[in-house]
Amino acid sequence: MELKPAAAHEPAHDADEAGNFTLRTYLIGFLAAAALTAIPFWIVMSGAIASAAIAGTVIVALAIAQILVHTAAFLHVNSRVQGGWTLVAYVFTAVLVLITIAGSLWIMFHLNSNMMPGMEGTPNGVP
Amino acid sequence: MTAPADDLPAAPAFYEVEAHGTTHSGGGTLLGFWIYLMSDALIFAALFATFGVLSSSFAGGPTPGELFDLRVVAANTAVLLVSALTCGLAMIALQAGKLAAVRWWLIITALLGAAFVGIELVEFRELVAEGATPQRSGYLSAFFTLVGTHGLHVTFGVVWIVVMLVQLGQRGLHAENRRRLLCLAMFWHFLDVIWIGVFTFVYLMGVLRWS
Repeated sequence: MELKPAAAHEPAHDADEAGNFTLRTYLIGFLAAAALTAIPFWIVMSGAIASAAIAGTVIVALAIAQILVHTAAFLHVNSRVQGGWTLVAYVFTAVLVLITIAGSLWIMFHLNSNMMPGMEGTPNGVP
Repeated sequence: MTAPADDLPAAPAFYEVEAHGTTHSGGGTLLGFWIYLMSDALIFAALFATFGVLSSSFAGGPTPGELFDLRVVAANTAVLLVSALTCGLAMIALQAGKLAAVRWWLIITALLGAAFVGIELVEFRELVAEGATPQRSGYLSAFFTLVGTHGLHVTFGVVWIVVMLVQLGQRGLHAENRRRLLCLAMFWHFLDVIWIGVFTFVYLMGVLRWS
């Protein structure tokens, strides 16, 4: 991936700035997204996978796949648009989002399990 | 025009001291708007983290299995996904320079967005009628904050589309309106990405864990 400042682009190079949309990309993206939405709803609503742990893992994996489909097909993020800067910002944000969510859950889980026995359940699920 | 011609500057070169081309092509604006969307993603990351931490703090109140009707959520998800396609078709029409088609696809997108917000408000009203208000438990506070913030974004997206339709009616597809439409499409598709997180982690995982 080659990084270039956005200002270096000529105004005529629309494709480098906004991406080049084709009907085909949108339709393929839409069909993939529809399938990746329908499958997790079906899994949960039909109870097709008996183990909640396995079902949960599968629907999270499908959600990540669908986010990537939307990013590529609808948001047109790739290494060429804006000289790659949208992709850099996207990856950086993904890292921050992961740290925020996983870090919060990790810390708060340990806070809860380190509470004194008498305070069990106080922060989570007061009767 | 009574002033002598030699008093006027030969060419308006001084108007172009600012960055050449970028203000009109929208390159800088599009990247800037993308950075804004990424910062918005961080707001949602904080809300998702809060929701995750409070996801079992029911305070003896209702659990996701009792609260949600997944058929309604599936219908709402379908509405938003189709609106993403119609928004994309508006961008295809924009690329082809077809003003009428751009306006029609935007109108359909706005109607689908309004339907999404409407269904969500009906769902919220039913929850409140059952006593599942934001004050009931930490879980419900986090739920209404996260889902409500997304719904508020979609509402403002619909307002933006209406404003865009007025601007298109007045000026047509000139360079500034093209740039605004590209930003609008980014905003709309971004909201759809956030909704993937909402229906997966709030609704599906909630019902899976607590039913």
